[in-house]
Amino acid sequence: MKSPTAAAVPPVAGLWSHRWLRFALRRTGRLLASLWVLVTASFLMIHLVPGDPVRAALGPTAPAELVLAHKEELGLLDPLWQQYGDYLTRLLHGDLGVSITSRLPVGETIAQRLPATAELALAAFLLSMIVAVPVGVVMAVITRHGKGRRTELAFTGTNVVLGAIPDFLFGVGLVYLLAVQTNVFPVAGRDGLDSYVLPVLALAIGPAAVLSRIVRVEMLAVMEADYIRTARAKRLTPLRVHLMHALPNAVTATLTLGGLLLSSLVAGTVLVENVFAWPGLGSSIVSSIVSKDYPLVQGTVLVYGVGVLLINTVVDVALALLDPRSAIGES
Amino acid sequence: MRASRVLLRPVGFAGFGLLAVVLFVAVFGPVLWGDRAAVVETGNLLDGPSAEHWIGTDNLGRDLFSRVLVAARLSIVLALAATAISMVLGIVLGAAPMLVGRRLGRLITAGVNVLVAFPGVLLVLFFAVIFGVGARGAALAVGLAGAPAFARLCHTLVAAVSERDYIAAARIAGVSKIRVLVRHVLPNIAEPLIVNATMAAGGVLLTFAGLSFLGLGVQAPDYDWGKLMQDGLNGIYVHPLAALGPGIAVVLAGLAFNLTGEAFAAAFGIGETSGRVRREAPATADREHAVAAPEPGAVLSVGDLRVTIPGAQNPIRAVRGVTFAVRDGEAVGVVGESGSGKSLTALAVARLIEQPIRVEADHLVFAGEDLMAGGDPESLRKRLGTSLAVVFQDPMTSFNPAHRVGPQLAEVSRFHQGLSRRAAFARAVDRLRAVKIREPERRARQYPFEFSGGMRQRAMIGMGLMGTPRLIIADEPTTALDVTVQRQVLELLAEVRRDTGAALLLISHDVSVVTDVCDRVLVMYAGRIVEELPAADLRTLARHPYTRALVAAVPDMETDLTRPLAVIPGLPVDPAHIPDGCAFAARCPLADDRCRAVEPPLLSSPAGDRVACHKAGQPLPADTVEVTA
Ligand code: SF4
Repeated sequence: MKSPTAAAVPPVAGLWSHRWLRFALRRTGRLLASLWVLVTASFLMIHLVPGDPVRAALGPTAPAELVLAHKEELGLLDPLWQQYGDYLTRLLHGDLGVSITSRLPVGETIAQRLPATAELALAAFLLSMIVAVPVGVVMAVITRHGKGRRTELAFTGTNVVLGAIPDFLFGVGLVYLLAVQTNVFPVAGRDGLDSYVLPVLALAIGPAAVLSRIVRVEMLAVMEADYIRTARAKRLTPLRVHLMHALPNAVTATLTLGGLLLSSLVAGTVLVENVFAWPGLGSSIVSSIVSKDYPLVQGTVLVYGVGVLLINTVVDVALALLDPRSAIGES
Repeated sequence: MRASRVLLRPVGFAGFGLLAVVLFVAVFGPVLWGDRAAVVETGNLLDGPSAEHWIGTDNLGRDLFSRVLVAARLSIVLALAATAISMVLGIVLGAAPMLVGRRLGRLITAGVNVLVAFPGVLLVLFFAVIFGVGARGAALAVGLAGAPAFARLCHTLVAAVSERDYIAAARIAGVSKIRVLVRHVLPNIAEPLIVNATMAAGGVLLTFAGLSFLGLGVQAPDYDWGKLMQDGLNGIYVHPLAALGPGIAVVLAGLAFNLTGEAFAAAFGIGETSGRVRREAPATADREHAVAAPEPGAVLSVGDLRVTIPGAQNPIRAVRGVTFAVRDGEAVGVVGESGSGKSLTALAVARLIEQPIRVEADHLVFAGEDLMAGGDPESLRKRLGTSLAVVFQDPMTSFNPAHRVGPQLAEVSRFHQGLSRRAAFARAVDRLRAVKIREPERRARQYPFEFSGGMRQRAMIGMGLMGTPRLIIADEPTTALDVTVQRQVLELLAEVRRDTGAALLLISHDVSVVTDVCDRVLVMYAGRIVEELPAADLRTLARHPYTRALVAAVPDMETDLTRPLAVIPGLPVDPAHIPDGCAFAARCPLADDRCRAVEPPLLSSPAGDRVACHKAGQPLPADTVEVTA
């Protein structure tokens, strides 16, 4: 970019909106394609189960008429294409079917349990961000240019170990330490603010470890930039150089990873909910897999999947707004 | 060779040690402890730890420690099986786009991309539904769920390898695609694939434990670590170790795989490696000069400045004892090729060099204050912030992309002159106007990327004018700019000096820029000053062969521009290996044995000029300047 005019002239508005439009179309296209894959997969799930799913769900002793009636009700006797069409139509009307075991509409069960799961994932995400960013920044500053080798080793070591411990194990450990041993927090359930502490901690520790490592690496890279030297040439205090000049530029990559973490956090809730008997989707999906309640499993998988896809889309859009090149640049 | 390199690292050593133990237990565990693990002691149900039962017993009175050891085999075997499934399927999916037609290949890649977006646990649950509850179903589920990530990795690797020449050649030679894949591509991507598989195995182990823990994996009477944890969780009040014991086993085994994989990755040079500079003992500087006193009346006086970069082998002495002064209002140029130490000299003078690079000097006096002496950092910061301006080489990268231009200038006044946000912004606008930026109010509210290069450099000069600079240090301020813009920036610098009376230290590799702008010139070579003389004399009266070569390399009015430009023969000295004697000897047409043995001292003439050459001023042989074709 040597040409003095290239950057001086603001990019033509039409060109930009054209590019943004292309980005929007492409991103929407990807979302729709993923949704289609998700919906089709959840439809096929019940057909991919070897043997007779209804018989499996109702058990070997169930009378043949009952099995047949259920099949009729689930539409399993129709030709596959018709079933697929019906499934899509019902989904468009927000109808997720009826649970085999509880006979309740699946949509109702999910609506009841979704908030608990969403709260858990969101709280854990926020906590891990709030912890990871300052820790990463501080570690970057005190271990820069080979300073503080011991601190760095301790930090990396701790992170590797924490990152290797799965969240449900943290759950078990936390239950033991803070609920059984010291009785500080309730062991299980979702009742009052203090019941959130342990599950949120269990979910947040691993991501916080991973994220703080990323923040540190990003900060180290940004600290080498020319504009940081400019900031130092202005003789600002180191604190201001780090917080006002380095941090904002380290955030983009952190956010990308944070988004990925959020979607894996959503999945992580499945295990943690089971440790803490948390009344969310995670407990219900496991029990419905065990009891072979396929409509409920289908619905729950669908909701999880849509959640993840939405998170991914939001992160992409946020990134595109923060750093237009990431949106325009990809082809 | 490589294996030994892996083992030499502490991480690799720990990883391998741990992995060896884990694998030993997995292989021999059931044989050694299998019987003991099955003994039912009805008298010791759910016992706590004891000498006999290290982590207690389960609800049938079986020894839990033995059970944890025995469970290793099933846990590891299942994890490895699932990893193998992921890997094989991943390779097939990842390599397929190369074999099948373009359209089908795209479809596969797109499908893989869609699947990768979903977290592993969700895929596992999905497949667990299809394959049913149980060890075999879980292994298939975990294996299939891991395949997309492997496919993507494999695809990327295959694509990279396929670009290589010999593969293209093999293709053109008509070798079948499958044969190319098997004989040429796969062997080349095996290493990173195996490293990734090792690390993935650690993750799979944890996932599997999670699945069994949920009751979807291994079913009684079999047990793996996850199953043991599930059983233990119910009794966590009575007997916490029953759940924590197998948990610790899972983490240790997972770490064993992870660390081993990371150690391999580091040894193979895959992924991030932490290249770090070793710290060096302080280098003994060669100090042949007597300690010079600070020059009175100079705004800047530098005595025996040394800059050392600690290196892997030898510390690099980038600046080797530089002494000079800049008088009030004077413009001093520093010229030299890249690597001569001129930029580091400028940065050292501006106190902008950071650890681990070392700066030493007998004195470094700016505006009457020795910057090497330390003192109150707060007041020093204020003083330097307002009286020392720095203009950097690349205006494109020297502004912070995250902030608007105006506030970046205003920061100086807010911090060092105590102006309010608004007053500081007003001053920033005024300074932008002073450096001839049109519509300064609007421009001040823009981001740097909306400025052209020349405009940014002017804004950078404007930033230096927020205070009342006594010295402007400009490090190659025009190098990154177009010729016409260069001129404007230089004129602006001259104007600023006229208006403020500030002195200028101009670093440049461009002799003509320095002769135009400066009063005096310092010529640097290999970290030392080799000549100092008035800028007006540079073209005609230079006495050092290097200076004369530099001047000759500059096209002037008489240069025949149809001929290629003259260059100085040879390469600049590698600062890590500075030879004995005169550093320029290898490239000097006058060099003799004395030059190669004895470093010429920097001697002053009565007029104040300085030169470091045994044969200063001697005529050069006729054909000194090599002409490149
Ligand atoms: S000392 Fe010798 S080698 Fe060095 S510049 Fe002078 S003549 Fe050339």
